[in-house]
Amino acid sequence: MTKEEIIKPENLVYKKTPVLTNNVMHYCPGCGHGLIHRLIAEVIEEMDIQDKSIGVAPVGCAVLAYNYFNVDCIQAAHGRAPALATAINRLYPEHFVFTYQGDGDLAAIGTAETIHACNRGENIVMFFVNNGIYGMTGGQMAPTTLKDMKTSTSPYGRDLNIMGNPLKITELIAQLPGAVYVTRQAVYTPALARKCKKAIRKAFENIKLKQGTSFVEIVSNCNSGWKLPPVKSNEWLEQNMLLFYPLGDLKINN
Amino acid sequence: MKELRLMKGNEAIAEAAIRCGCDGYFGYPITPQSEILEHLMKEKPYENTGMVVLQAESEVASINMVYGGASVGKKVMTTSSSPGISLMQEGLSYISGAELPALVVNVVRGGPGLGTIQPSQADYFQTVKGGGHGDYRLITLAPASVQEMYDFVELGFDLAFKYRAPVMILTDGIIGQVMEKVVVDDYKPRWTEEYIAKTYPWAATGKTKLRERNIVTSLYLESARQEQLNKTLQAKYKVVEENEIRYETFQCEDAEYLLVAYGSSARICQKVLQLARAEGIKVGLIRPITLWPYPTKIIHEVGTKMKGILSVEMNAGQMIEDVKLAVECKVPVKHYGRFGGIVPTPSEILDALKTL
Amino acid sequence: MTEEIIIAGFGGQGVLSMGKILAYSGVMQNKEVSWMPSYGPEMRGGTSNVTVIISDERISSPCLNQFDTAIILNQQSMDKFEKSVKPGGLLIYDPNGITSHPTRKDINIYQVAGTDKASEIGISKLFNMIMLGGLLKLKPLVTEEFLKKGLEKSLPTRHHGLIPENIKAVEIGKQLLNPYHVL
Repeated sequence: MTKEEIIKPENLVYKKTPVLTNNVMHYCPGCGHGLIHRLIAEVIEEMDIQDKSIGVAPVGCAVLAYNYFNVDCIQAAHGRAPALATAINRLYPEHFVFTYQGDGDLAAIGTAETIHACNRGENIVMFFVNNGIYGMTGGQMAPTTLKDMKTSTSPYGRDLNIMGNPLKITELIAQLPGAVYVTRQAVYTPALARKCKKAIRKAFENIKLKQGTSFVEIVSNCNSGWKLPPVKSNEWLEQNMLLFYPLGDLKINN
Repeated sequence: MKELRLMKGNEAIAEAAIRCGCDGYFGYPITPQSEILEHLMKEKPYENTGMVVLQAESEVASINMVYGGASVGKKVMTTSSSPGISLMQEGLSYISGAELPALVVNVVRGGPGLGTIQPSQADYFQTVKGGGHGDYRLITLAPASVQEMYDFVELGFDLAFKYRAPVMILTDGIIGQVMEKVVVDDYKPRWTEEYIAKTYPWAATGKTKLRERNIVTSLYLESARQEQLNKTLQAKYKVVEENEIRYETFQCEDAEYLLVAYGSSARICQKVLQLARAEGIKVGLIRPITLWPYPTKIIHEVGTKMKGILSVEMNAGQMIEDVKLAVECKVPVKHYGRFGGIVPTPSEILDALKTL
Repeated sequence: MTEEIIIAGFGGQGVLSMGKILAYSGVMQNKEVSWMPSYGPEMRGGTSNVTVIISDERISSPCLNQFDTAIILNQQSMDKFEKSVKPGGLLIYDPNGITSHPTRKDINIYQVAGTDKASEIGISKLFNMIMLGGLLKLKPLVTEEFLKKGLEKSLPTRHHGLIPENIKAVEIGKQLLNPYHVL
């Protein structure tokens, strides 16, 4: 069979969405970020809203997310993505504004901006990738780091008496009247990834319907930070992270 | 139609914003400038011009809302007073690094720390020498009347968009709280989305099929690219220095002594001129209107002919460094100031002038 | 002509609004004006003062330590501002509640018993306009025509019906003016 014989529309099984660029991702092999990016980009393509989408990148591993999303993007200061998204949403109310943040960005330094944007019910989507660690800076303790979990700043494990408790910020967000759709997803199996994509779709549909804030947590892995091979890291995620951060919808609007 | 009003300096800032076609104001209450947000909320511009007015959860959020609004090509601003402006420094650095236009107003109060709510000029260093990290400059306008508070809002936006750089209006509790006569302009329409997309192609207004995506960032992991950004900024600042210096002179022609003062201090010094001249002391005044870029040349030209110069500031002596640099230490330069919210009286400045 | 005035008293006596009405009347009469309040803790009760300058020329400093005229409405303000009147200047005060009367011999001093009169005829809220009347009798800085316009601009529209009463209070103040020490 020649190449030309293979490349035919009827033989197509997978096509990269044009809402992702051709840049090679800097994420570690096995990391969930790449897949999460793809799911978001596919939803933007399927809803045909590329020209009206504006992404706000965080500080953290996804700081370079704008290299991959083929939409207009702004790189925010650490923790402030919801403040930027608030203004953009108010100034361009017909646009689809989303933030993409990690646990340190969204649930530590940016807690105030996160809670207030959700409480005001900004008509945006906030994607919260929770891997329980500061990946970008080399594996320090995050607000979501589990009890006894070892990181470079909790080398003997997270001692709750000294370091405080892991923060379930998504449960907090679900209490706020402005947050209309609050869900916790994962992408480490194909089935979960498909489910996650549905959640992403619903979140973007909420913007179209001007419902308020949609908050999508995605519990993900950090094989480098956790010092585990990719497959092992997914097993660890399932056996540890999900016990404390159970998957499912916390709040669903009509 | 132009209209004559009696307004507080703070109200004039708010009214000017509405009338010049500002798209968004994001702020957090702090004395002595809360009238700005109060006036905006009372006027409800979102119902007529469509201007967004939002009380943010903090000054940190405010400046980052401004960062967001500026990224999408809108005319956006925030205002605060000293402690709040300290919280905004990171944001100002990002806005400078990302080359975005924005307007920030600092109605200065006494510091350091929580300080006092009374007027001060102690934030000069923070404003013109760089309060945040990195090699950046803030174009700084120092109004000395309520009319200038009004006028400098539109001027500030013009400069901000001309140079894609943040502009600071540096004022204080006196000019913020005083009521004076103001001529207000008619309402100017806000820019349309089409106009912004066409005029400001860098704005992240949504990727159309006709162009590549826009990325607004101040992050360049390659040092060579980061150095290039710095070179671009420095080249821009040079153009600003060549074109945007503003100042006012008073009775310098026959003067033997010179006062240098900006903002409210310059108003008080105008009274000092009256008192001194009544006693036969030949004194003039230079009022820098832009604090950066600084009117070095005129101060050199006028100042080097003087017997002595007094830099009058409501601080412990900050601008005096720029005055000394301007006259290259060829003339004795002294400082007179009060701090912590104390406003110097014309008579005590006159006494200080007599010691030159 | 430049007139530099300090008005000082308790918060709630209408110090700031008296100054604002005077300043706005000046604006309407095409004068240069400046109205500079003491701000801060005073806003929440206690003493309150405002510097009003009306001039034919560009105004220099809005903050002054010497005044052509002081309008004093309580003892604390007397203690603070009697000494700030320029030699040959004017001090107008309400004797109500004053225990140490002014002692300067180099200025003109007048009393306007505004508090008593205002409560006697039941217009306590217009006390400040009575005091303003005393000033305008001695120094006609603004004409009645422009005072009316100033009131229209200063007062919310729903209070415009009260303008004639305000003007009447000013007239009462003019009649109450009582010389205490005149050069």
